[in-house]
Amino acid sequence: MMHQSVPSVRPKSSGALLDVDNLVVEYPAGAKTVHAVSGVSLQIDRGETLGLVGESGCGKSTLGRAVLQLRRPTSGRVRFDGQDLTAMQGDALRLMRRRVQLIFQDPIASLNPRRRIGDIVAEPLVISGVKDPDERNRRVHEVLSAVGLDPTLVIGRLPHEFSGGQCQRICIARALILNPEFIVCDEPVSALDVSIRAQILNLLEEMKGRFGLTLLFIAHDLAVVKAVSDRVAVMYLGRLCEVGPSEQLFARPAHPYTALLIEAIPVPDPDVRPTETVPTGEPPSPIAPPSGCRFRTRCPRADQRCRDEMPELRAVAPGQFVACHHPLI
Amino acid sequence: MTGNILLSVDDVVVDLPTPRGNLRAVDHVNLTVEAGRTLGVVGESGCGKTMLSRAVLQLLPKKAKLSGRVMFDGQDLLKLSPEKLRRLRGRSLAVVFQDPMTSLNPVLTIGTQLIETLQEHLELDDAAATRRSVELLAAVGIPAPEQRLAQYPHQLSGGMRQRVAIAIALSCEPKLLIADEPTTALDVTIQAQILDLLAREQQRRHMAMILITHDLGVVAGRTDEVAVMYAGRVVERAPTPALFKKMRMPYTEALLAALPRLDTAPHTPLPAIMGRPPDPTRPLKGCSFAPRCRYAVARCQTDKPALEAAETSAHQFACFHPIETHAGAEA
Repeated sequence: MMHQSVPSVRPKSSGALLDVDNLVVEYPAGAKTVHAVSGVSLQIDRGETLGLVGESGCGKSTLGRAVLQLRRPTSGRVRFDGQDLTAMQGDALRLMRRRVQLIFQDPIASLNPRRRIGDIVAEPLVISGVKDPDERNRRVHEVLSAVGLDPTLVIGRLPHEFSGGQCQRICIARALILNPEFIVCDEPVSALDVSIRAQILNLLEEMKGRFGLTLLFIAHDLAVVKAVSDRVAVMYLGRLCEVGPSEQLFARPAHPYTALLIEAIPVPDPDVRPTETVPTGEPPSPIAPPSGCRFRTRCPRADQRCRDEMPELRAVAPGQFVACHHPLI
Repeated sequence: MTGNILLSVDDVVVDLPTPRGNLRAVDHVNLTVEAGRTLGVVGESGCGKTMLSRAVLQLLPKKAKLSGRVMFDGQDLLKLSPEKLRRLRGRSLAVVFQDPMTSLNPVLTIGTQLIETLQEHLELDDAAATRRSVELLAAVGIPAPEQRLAQYPHQLSGGMRQRVAIAIALSCEPKLLIADEPTTALDVTIQAQILDLLAREQQRRHMAMILITHDLGVVAGRTDEVAVMYAGRVVERAPTPALFKKMRMPYTEALLAALPRLDTAPHTPLPAIMGRPPDPTRPLKGCSFAPRCRYAVARCQTDKPALEAAETSAHQFACFHPIETHAGAEA
């Protein structure tokens, strides 16, 4: 008999675990409509991390929530492991939700301040019907140890007794306790200090390997996204600009917006003089997005065609897709 | 030291009483800023960088206890009357905060706030103040400045609000601008624009600037000198190129290493700093960074290293076991 102390890693079968097809999310703002997500299609393979970057208001968080059906999309389809989540209701959806989890940006705000850590982490088990308290206790201990906390010191305490980094560890433990297959991480390290951020990024990578996870990793920081992602999707004003393998996308960006984002990152090297950023201006409102290409109002390459015609994602290199009439490569 | 020192912070200590005991936010800090130069102050949350800037501005919480001396432009700020301080702030000593919504008044128009500042400190009539306001808004890159004067802060985006806050700070030609995390609340493309704007105005006006940030990348290309703070103290201080090329303090090294970088391959584990900063209400006997430091030895736990000069007087660090610089390394 073989005994394994580490939870088994799921077999890496091929094929997309998540398949998002032409997803649209709109919501009313008074008499107007916010076009938060406008026809996004993407796939995430089993065991893969897809990074999703974009600036605030680009729709990346809305997309993450719509994928999990926490916000019902206006149209389009989300398939998870072959099943159509958008068509699911009630119990079927609730059952499916055990296999998917969400980690939020603000770890302190996402823990109930009046409940003890042990109860917070055990709650998904309670909801999913694990009635045996010993079993729950065992699982809570296991998962808290996995995220680097000492269960005996932690379970009886309240969230305010912990720092931001520790609270994020607790949130990760809670997300892992049902042994999910897929986690949407929505800016999981943005609220953390640099020294703590590295700890949490390393922890997420470790947990991904250990629990055989597939991740959608949403962030505004390109360097953070690159550190953990196999592929990266760049989003601007509700649409995808570019999708490609991390290394390739950062080495040879095809979309002018991707290039702008890369250029705007402050480099911790005094020899790299910051370039005076050429494209100025700010993203237009998602209530009245521009016609054609949504980036054209800030794009140095924009012309009449960009105004008239919406660019579709097309391949520019192996695995790299860009939605641009005048790509850089 | 050269004679052109605009700001000098001497042995400043800031204590904040808390229910859990005294919290030493700033612990014996010495700093100088010369006229027209830029100093970056870098550190993580709770390191005391904001409290230090509040001490310079004399805007500390009421319960805070401040000792030491802050000399600005030949005046001892701790000895100035509230009225004289008020005249000084906004005039020759200006500040830009992280969140422009907290520094802009939400119920007054942009124009009113700019014109009020101008008329408070400079003798300008309404027409001249309005003209000056339009010029300032144009200078900070706000399109259609005439129309903006009648708008309220909530009608502007975050980036535009920060531009307005900068316009107000620059309005009376300050000698020193303190920018406290001016771009942290902004998106990366907007952040680059605001940093460019600050750098441009700083040069053009020959104004001194203190840029406070948690991001080493932000100070790298945009400051003359950097002070790294940890647990209330300055732990390393150097001309910017020397800090990045010949850093001596292990904390600085660890902080830089922990930063995800675009030039490393995906899935490379980050050299994280283990643990977390010490509880500021329970000061450590030795070096504050010792519990997390991979070079720490017994002495680091018992003695507190002073901030001392290395081979050049401009480069100071507080460490018993500084990182060795390579022999013959280029300057």
